[in-house]
Amino acid sequence: MALDVQGIIAGYGPVTVLRGVDFRAEPGQVTCLMGRNGVGKSTLLKCLMGLVPAASGTIHLNGMALESLPAHEVPKRGLAYVPQGRRLFGPLTVAENLAIGGLVQGNDEASLHRVLTLFPRLRERLTQTAQTLSGGEQQMLAIARALCLAPKVLLLDEPTEGLQPSMITLIQEAVLTLKAQGVAVVLVEQRVDAVLKLADSVAFMTGGRIEKTVPAMELQPGAEVFRTYVGV
Amino acid sequence: MTFGPFLLLALMEGLVTAAVLALAASGLSLVFGVMRVVNVAHGAFYMLGAVLAWAVAQHVPGPAAIAFAAAIIVAPLVVGALAAATDGLILKRLNYDPEATIVATIGLLYMIEQATLSLYGPNANPVQAPFEWRIQLPWFGYSGYKLFVVLAACVVLLTLWAFITRTKAGLIMRATQVDRTTARSFGINVDRVYMGTFALGAGLAALAGVLIVPIQQAHYLMGGDTLLLSFIVVIIGGLGSLRGTLIAAIVIGLCDGVISMFFAPTLAKILATLLVAMVLVFRPQGLFGARS
Repeated sequence: MALDVQGIIAGYGPVTVLRGVDFRAEPGQVTCLMGRNGVGKSTLLKCLMGLVPAASGTIHLNGMALESLPAHEVPKRGLAYVPQGRRLFGPLTVAENLAIGGLVQGNDEASLHRVLTLFPRLRERLTQTAQTLSGGEQQMLAIARALCLAPKVLLLDEPTEGLQPSMITLIQEAVLTLKAQGVAVVLVEQRVDAVLKLADSVAFMTGGRIEKTVPAMELQPGAEVFRTYVGV
Repeated sequence: MTFGPFLLLALMEGLVTAAVLALAASGLSLVFGVMRVVNVAHGAFYMLGAVLAWAVAQHVPGPAAIAFAAAIIVAPLVVGALAAATDGLILKRLNYDPEATIVATIGLLYMIEQATLSLYGPNANPVQAPFEWRIQLPWFGYSGYKLFVVLAACVVLLTLWAFITRTKAGLIMRATQVDRTTARSFGINVDRVYMGTFALGAGLAALAGVLIVPIQQAHYLMGGDTLLLSFIVVIIGGLGSLRGTLIAAIVIGLCDGVISMFFAPTLAKILATLLVAMVLVFRPQGLFGARS
């Protein structure tokens, strides 16, 4: 199912952050959003989830309008979100966090089995509270919890931020597995090497808009476009 | 009577106070924990429970036990429904802003009290206990109903604990308590959770009111003391911590029983307020609350 976003304008109170965003995420593809701090990448993901209301514009998932739905209805339509900083339910156990992820599907056992196959390390931690996990394990749990929704579109906000290299590799492998399963992945990422490894296309944001979308295969490390839009 | 039996009697009286207080304060703690709303009208919900128990007792014919059983079901449901309506009509429209909801619930407290004064009157009215059984100890006789209140409170609180920790609805409440924004992005209708929590909190207060009314008569101003003691218990236990609330209720209830028996009820209130002041100075998050 393709996610189609047209002319989204949104912000916080009187402050407009997104100033007419157009973009598309295709099934089985990873679309990376890149840009400097404050250009609206995270706000765009929150807007797609209904957490920041869109003042105007449309969001369609396979033709179904999402922009006017209340936030709690959006995950039921097939979108899942892994926020920056993970935002786990810290005092709840790993199993309870995953159960929250499985509420919409209602198929607790099947979704649990699926995500524990993808992240077997979490199986050993099911009774542990989320706040006691290591940073990498917390990120695995954040992704696993979102995958319990069996999403058509997965929104990931800087999932490898602050992780050690072995964990980054694990997370990246999980993203590639999801891509192979036909999930449309929208990834906010600042690391050029990760983008080049995972992305099918890269959308560069500036001033609350997507200025340029480039197929990842046309990009090289140190390309001019990274310096212009990301500053690396 | 010698000192020992006096102390036993004081502790038994304190246990009854603790049981009723634990019920009322757990409702207040639940509402604050999940919704971050300081419900100043909580004492009014407690009073409504007692007044509704009196009203049901007037309209249900037959043995007192049947009228009491009806009151135990009807009063929490009616008060819970009123609280749910309050949530939808007032608190939700204020976007659960902490300061605004305090002012709104102060207003609600006065509205409920004045409406009760108009409809029920200024008199304190008794409600007959469902049974007149007395336990005869070697030193004194003691009301079996009071022991029933302790037992009933224990059963309700255990059920509440099982609901919160063992059911899907409880899991949803705990997730919403931790992070309502993230809860929304997992399909949880936070507005509905808040409405249910506010109704449950008010229902617990009303149930406490029903249980106390055969011991203490129903009066339109009876919620004030309970509100104060509930705040004391919730602050000492730790805002939002159910375990802390229960332990603090037992401590405050027993102290209230003993100090009231050997000295004066006013001294018990003064010492409880002093204890709150000390907790706020030395451990502001309460005995079992998480540091923010």
